[in-house]
Amino acid sequence: MAISLQLERELGRFSLNIALESQCPRIGILGASGCGKSMTLKSIAGVVSPDRGRIEVDGRLLYDSAQKVDLPPRSRQVGYLFQNYALFPTMTVAQNIASGLRLPKARRQERVQALIAQFRLEGLEGRYPAQLSGGQQQRVVLARMMAPEPKTILLDEPFSALDQVLRDELQQELTDFLQTFSGQAILVSHRLEEVYHFCRELVVMDQGQILLQAPREEVLSNPRRRQAARLTGCETILEAVPVGEHRLRLTGWDVELTTAQAVSPTATLVGIRPNGPRSADGPGDNVVEVEVLREIAGPFDLRACLVPPGRPQVAPILWNRPGGSPAPRWLYLPPEQVLPLEE
Amino acid sequence: MEELISTISHLDWSPLWITLESGAAATVLSFFLGLWAARRAMSATPRWKAVLDGLLTLPMVLPPTVAGFFLLLIFSLRRPFGSFLYEVLGIKVVQTFLGCVIAATVIAFPLMYRNTRAAFEQVDVDLIYAARTLGMSDTAIFWRVIIPTAGPGVASGTVLTFARAIGEYGATSMLAGNIAGKTGTISQRIAMVLQNGDYLTAGIWVAVVIIIAFVLILAINLLSSRTAAPKERW
Repeated sequence: MAISLQLERELGRFSLNIALESQCPRIGILGASGCGKSMTLKSIAGVVSPDRGRIEVDGRLLYDSAQKVDLPPRSRQVGYLFQNYALFPTMTVAQNIASGLRLPKARRQERVQALIAQFRLEGLEGRYPAQLSGGQQQRVVLARMMAPEPKTILLDEPFSALDQVLRDELQQELTDFLQTFSGQAILVSHRLEEVYHFCRELVVMDQGQILLQAPREEVLSNPRRRQAARLTGCETILEAVPVGEHRLRLTGWDVELTTAQAVSPTATLVGIRPNGPRSADGPGDNVVEVEVLREIAGPFDLRACLVPPGRPQVAPILWNRPGGSPAPRWLYLPPEQVLPLEE
Repeated sequence: MEELISTISHLDWSPLWITLESGAAATVLSFFLGLWAARRAMSATPRWKAVLDGLLTLPMVLPPTVAGFFLLLIFSLRRPFGSFLYEVLGIKVVQTFLGCVIAATVIAFPLMYRNTRAAFEQVDVDLIYAARTLGMSDTAIFWRVIIPTAGPGVASGTVLTFARAIGEYGATSMLAGNIAGKTGTISQRIAMVLQNGDYLTAGIWVAVVIIIAFVLILAINLLSSRTAAPKERW
């Protein structure tokens, strides 16, 4: 299982320019909307062409601008799951599943029947996509995608258009399905929760560039870059200057903090996740004096917006304060929760 | 009343058949030309598309007599192309049923083209991408994915094209003339009998045209409401 990508493409507002090597059978790409992650998947599938580059999956060369190799989509053996599913609205379930099959009629019907059984679609063969529930639609689209027996599957924001309850349900179904698939799979999403459970290795993209490629735990504990921190849930990002190997100064707050991660000399920012800080009893190491600027009630906790006492113009720290606890005066920022970042 | 009945019973019905036949022929021609042109326009670069679109839409906005002028310029027996067609291939366009069809096609074609293109633009590009990753050929994608998905738009474009084709007057009278039983369409017949002050015959033909047009528009409305997903209205 291996993938090797090099892609360059002009995208108008910015250019896609990525190089990615991985041995991981499951890769998750995390990126904000419009960062070029869909374009990357579409280039792998061959439905759009990069300007330059090379795409190799499992030792099969799909595209190489230098060698003038550009396999058509139908020869790439790549399955693609679109965000809105892209089921053919004028075809029935059975016709949708059969659309990718180029077999004699009898064999084709056999294969469609097998897929219908595998994806629990019995009785729905004659229905149109608009007559199906969200879960049924996902099963049809998986059956359709698997009909031509792809070696690689690409999942493009499969859950972002769904509500929370349905999302959890379909995520579970997709996870179960993926356990039966032995090929390479790549999932892209702008939501950390979706990619996190899917893969051990995470790739973070921004503005057509790869910011970070690392095991998922490391992406969380040391996001290194501003966009990577934001995409992994750092809502507070403050300006800072390094003052030691594990120490930096918050310029706005005028305090020094110890970090668990080594501070690179080029670090200019600090990221803090809203669940990271705890309240403290009094001054101490990594403890800052705070004042509540305002609070927003959430269903399970209070979102507190904290500033240094008497200085409301300073960029605040956002903290999910457990409901019922008294308003804090001292806030402890554990060293592993103080994330040194570069721009 | 008796006069109406006797006029109807002695009426020469040939304009109705000529109109319907030339309209049907023009619609078939426009249908395939329109699909082809719309497909080409979709894959053209934006600048080319604007130019192409302008040229293909011109016959719709210009007076039909302008189209008639160009058609005569091309097909007149006194012009090189027209005389070539007649002398070498034995095809005569001026003053013939073929002229009726060509005039109606030129005038009605933009409706087919524009409606089809608008319907094509509504087709989600992900459907086409999905079809390509599934290994469907471009021809299969066009006929099995794009055309059915764009179906209601293409269908209403076809009906509109037919409606416009059977109502064509200006270019038809210039190119094909008004030869009874050969090129005399309903719209030309109305103009002719009115010149003789025969309001009764003109009125009968007017009623026929109105009924046909209304049935066609009704068909468009039913076509688009039957296939469209039910949604809230404002």
